[in-house]
Amino acid sequence: MNKASSWQLMTTVMRRDLAVALRRRSDIINPLLFVVIVVTLFPLAVGPGPDILGRIATGVIWVAALLSSLLGSERLFRDDFLDGNLEQLVLSPAPLPLLALGKVAVHWLLSGLPLVILAPVCALLLKLPFEAWGTLMLTLLVGTPMLSAMTAVGAALTVSLGRGGALLSLLLLPLFIPLLIFAAAAVESTLVGTSAYGQVLLLAGLMLLTLMLAPLAVAAAIRVSVN
Amino acid sequence: MWKWLHPYAKGEATYRLLGLWQPWLSGLALVFVTVGLVWGLFYAPPDYQQGDSYRIIFIHVPSAMFSMGAYTGMAIAALIALVWQIRTAEWAIAAIAPVGATLTFVALFTGAVWGKPMWGTWWEWDARLTSQLILLFLYIGVLALYYAFNDARTGAKAAAILALVGVINVPIIHFSVYWWNSLHQGATITKFEKPSMPPEMLIPLLISIAGFLFLTAALITQRLRNEILKQELHRPWAMEKLGVEANHGV
Repeated sequence: MNKASSWQLMTTVMRRDLAVALRRRSDIINPLLFVVIVVTLFPLAVGPGPDILGRIATGVIWVAALLSSLLGSERLFRDDFLDGNLEQLVLSPAPLPLLALGKVAVHWLLSGLPLVILAPVCALLLKLPFEAWGTLMLTLLVGTPMLSAMTAVGAALTVSLGRGGALLSLLLLPLFIPLLIFAAAAVESTLVGTSAYGQVLLLAGLMLLTLMLAPLAVAAAIRVSVN
Repeated sequence: MWKWLHPYAKGEATYRLLGLWQPWLSGLALVFVTVGLVWGLFYAPPDYQQGDSYRIIFIHVPSAMFSMGAYTGMAIAALIALVWQIRTAEWAIAAIAPVGATLTFVALFTGAVWGKPMWGTWWEWDARLTSQLILLFLYIGVLALYYAFNDARTGAKAAAILALVGVINVPIIHFSVYWWNSLHQGATITKFEKPSMPPEMLIPLLISIAGFLFLTAALITQRLRNEILKQELHRPWAMEKLGVEANHGV
């Protein structure tokens, strides 16, 4: 199979995923509502004072983002596995990692990008100082693709298990730690008035590394799960 | 070399080879651990600053060292299992992971016990303790995935992929945790600077480290042998080993 038709197949898979997801909007909206609700719970738990909320805002928003990515992870491969689509992808002549990357891209478009757009609302609710909003959104913009790619690895590993939910969190959350650390540090730097440039670049580097390697792991995991 | 290695892809050959090593490894482990710990715990001089409480180092350092060493070994086994599809390597993952997890737990526990008199707290968000805790989670994740599937083969392969994903992440996590720690930790605790060790302490520590190496190897060898026997139970040689009558064709 030549290069052009591989790309064509990838875009076909992406278009199909997009169409399927857009016809079930609640699957897209629910993880986002989850983030908003978690963010709402924190002021009720620790008190509405701006000094506490402002300090924990970044952490709360990011942890909520990590957890919501686990919630939305089933959508990635579950239905395709059940109706046999995943097998077709494995059998197709296009390289499987490429198709996996396409699926990850669509997943990010529907879960990561809305989160970036939602971030200012969460920042407002948690009284994050305004000067840090930009950095928060930037870390989410750079970090969520990595989140989608790692989630895809976990989802592909557990797709043939009936209920992978709790197991998935055990597999993935430790791997999210660097992301959390650098994202929080970037916003922290902005808050104390220094440049967040270094941390954001580090995040971007990690993201590129993940996007390069994760599709290979996803492809291997799909092959294991389908067999 | 491949011709020489190839027989060991078979369970029986590996079982025999490990059987040859097993007594030596166990014997060396017994000798070195006993000498290292008795020397370290009873005869090494007390530290000028920490008194006797430093002595936990003779357990803490070796277990921490091989908790990471075991993860590397597990990742190598995972790579072999995925690339060459060798089943013995898949079983090695299951053999190594619990040993590694236990070593990690021992390192964490002794670290906490050591931290209480030294830092005045059981748990400090110290970079080493934190990354060790994450390592424990990674081990548990691999184990949980290994045993989550009905089909053992699928579970082993999934765990192998996870172990490889983990091993790429371990340095990143390690580095990020150190970085996070230097960023957040004020001068609330004065960490004791490690002085260069006098030979009276260093020699028992080195013996203890060697002992833990042999102990880890012996435990893994034994677990792998058990695993091979369990998985190959349907084959005549394994039944013979266990003294089970091979009931052919019944």
